[in-house]
Amino acid sequence: MSTARLAWVGAGAGCLVLLALASVAFGNREISLHELIAALAGDANGVGQAAVAARVPRTVLALLVGAALALSGATMQAVTRNPLADPGILGVSSGAALAVVIGIAFFGLSDPYGYIGVATLGAAVAAVFVYAVGSLGRGGATPLKLALAGAATSAALSSLVSAVLLPRVDILTTFQFWQIGGVGGAEWDRIGVVAPFLLAGAVIVVLSGRGLNTLALGDDLAAGLGTQVRRTRLIAALGAVLLCGAATAVAGPIGFVGLVIPHLCRLVVGSDQRWLLPFTAIAGAGLLVAADVLGRVVARPEEIEVGIVTALIGAPFFIWIVRRQKVRAL
Amino acid sequence: MTATTLRAGRVHRRQRNALLIAGLCVALLGVVAVTLMVGNTFYSPDEVLRVLLGEQVPGASFTVGELRLPRVVLGMLAGLAFGMAGITFQTMLRNPLASPDIIGISTGASAAAVVGIVVLSLDETAVSFLALAGALVTATAIYGLSWRRGFAGARLILIGIGVAAMLHSVVSYVLTRAAAWDIQAALQWLAGSLNGASWERVAPLALATLVLAPLLVSRRRDLDALRLGDDAAAALGVRLRPTRLLLILAAVALIAFATAAAGPIAFVAFMAGPIAARITASGASLLVPAALVGALLVVAGDLVGQFALGTRYPVGVVTGLIGAPYLVYLLVRSNRSGASL
Repeated sequence: MSTARLAWVGAGAGCLVLLALASVAFGNREISLHELIAALAGDANGVGQAAVAARVPRTVLALLVGAALALSGATMQAVTRNPLADPGILGVSSGAALAVVIGIAFFGLSDPYGYIGVATLGAAVAAVFVYAVGSLGRGGATPLKLALAGAATSAALSSLVSAVLLPRVDILTTFQFWQIGGVGGAEWDRIGVVAPFLLAGAVIVVLSGRGLNTLALGDDLAAGLGTQVRRTRLIAALGAVLLCGAATAVAGPIGFVGLVIPHLCRLVVGSDQRWLLPFTAIAGAGLLVAADVLGRVVARPEEIEVGIVTALIGAPFFIWIVRRQKVRAL
Repeated sequence: MTATTLRAGRVHRRQRNALLIAGLCVALLGVVAVTLMVGNTFYSPDEVLRVLLGEQVPGASFTVGELRLPRVVLGMLAGLAFGMAGITFQTMLRNPLASPDIIGISTGASAAAVVGIVVLSLDETAVSFLALAGALVTATAIYGLSWRRGFAGARLILIGIGVAAMLHSVVSYVLTRAAAWDIQAALQWLAGSLNGASWERVAPLALATLVLAPLLVSRRRDLDALRLGDDAAAALGVRLRPTRLLLILAAVALIAFATAAAGPIAFVAFMAGPIAARITASGASLLVPAALVGALLVVAGDLVGQFALGTRYPVGVVTGLIGAPYLVYLLVRSNRSGASL
């Protein structure tokens, strides 16, 4: 079993490299193989080479954000034991978005560290709120209650976002594109700023893999096996919120990656979190890069933002999961 | 409990409801009157009345007759349509969350309308019918997808949320590509706004409301019977399938025409029903109160949005700010009481 999993991880990584190459090669301008190799070798002369050089940071950002969102989604699903958990559906991304908007509009936020801090804070507040509302009453946090609390909170937060934004024409343009979710405006500086946060979140989440495995058995059994249930849950959730907040701060709210990828990965490598989490990161990175390439190729010479592509792919998947559940389990 | 006390209670409730409906009408008329008078220039009630009676009043004829009147009429009709459609869905599916703006039907109408306006540059009437087609297709899709060895409200709501997410991304895509529309206008439309109201825009919605609202009101007993559950309704003599089909079609059409004219004004369809349920006596039909509450919400929200907040907000932002906390509150309350949503 272990070798099969290793083979899957290897295959996933191989696909990822191919997708990354495709992301550098395809776009508005077509590039010959020769130009591509020259550009990757460090030659900066020529239009084709320049296009490649512009696509590299974008690809790196898509990889990072995709991995972060997928990891965050997988962790949220494990922490809440809820198949519908996803930073977008649970309203966590909207929390980050509102915090950023308020920061820009009222506090003149422009520092990239500030963005990340504020976004993470907003994500954390929204996550706590949604979980608190969703777990009220009988039966605790059922998937239906959590998803509804998340959708309601999302709706509430997005009307607050439009209330803050509408009178401010000056920040509207920047924000509108950020809000849809895209990696088009990637720059090395911003990637450099966000990468340590994403790394920290990923390390926290992957290290809590063992604890999450026991949580899947139910709280009582997990406690019986010596897991500190609350602490494990809190630390893993912190990692998930950090990942989602930082990813949202650089790329805007991108939905459904965190929902789709963990489910697909579970089919492939099983539900052992120690395998699932790394594989989820690889697959999430792959999905986001693929969605970005697709968005660039389909609507040439224009682009479809990656957030739109993931919603179009992810929402039918969400519906499929809902249809599979028994009504009682909802 | 004798027959006399029962009858007395019924008479009392009926009187209370008549009083309530009258009160809502008066409140609505009051807000409409204020809306017609207030603005950049203030016109006295006398001048407004003369314009309404068709006299030519310098200045006021244009401002009141051509700008403020279509706006307030559009607001009233859209609110009426949203309120009625919302309560129809909520009653039929026996769940306040099953309102058309939450389960994605409004988003379907929006997506079609946005494509019609931005991509195809259609005129007002064509946009309305395109929105109707979009809403119908969405409603059919949601209904079909949530049918799986029986029917469950919870599944329908979740599937609706998924469908809404997908359609929402279509709307954002089209709006970001619209060169002629600046982003502010796009965002206003997304929130729902009465800006740019004109008689041409009001006309399709007015016709639809004139046909569909009396139709729904005439079937309100069937709707109330459906609230008791399918079996009970059938026992009371409601023919389930045709009735349900008729009610859904009428509600979806109201949503579509209102959305095409004013955008998806946030949460009006969702809020009007529960508010009406709070203020009416139990057992009374909620259709007319919900419609009036919807109209009141939109017209008052527009008044507040235009003049009370410093900058001019579209009405959808105001109703969104009221509706979103209300939605969360309803959720908290129903979770606490352990009611299966």
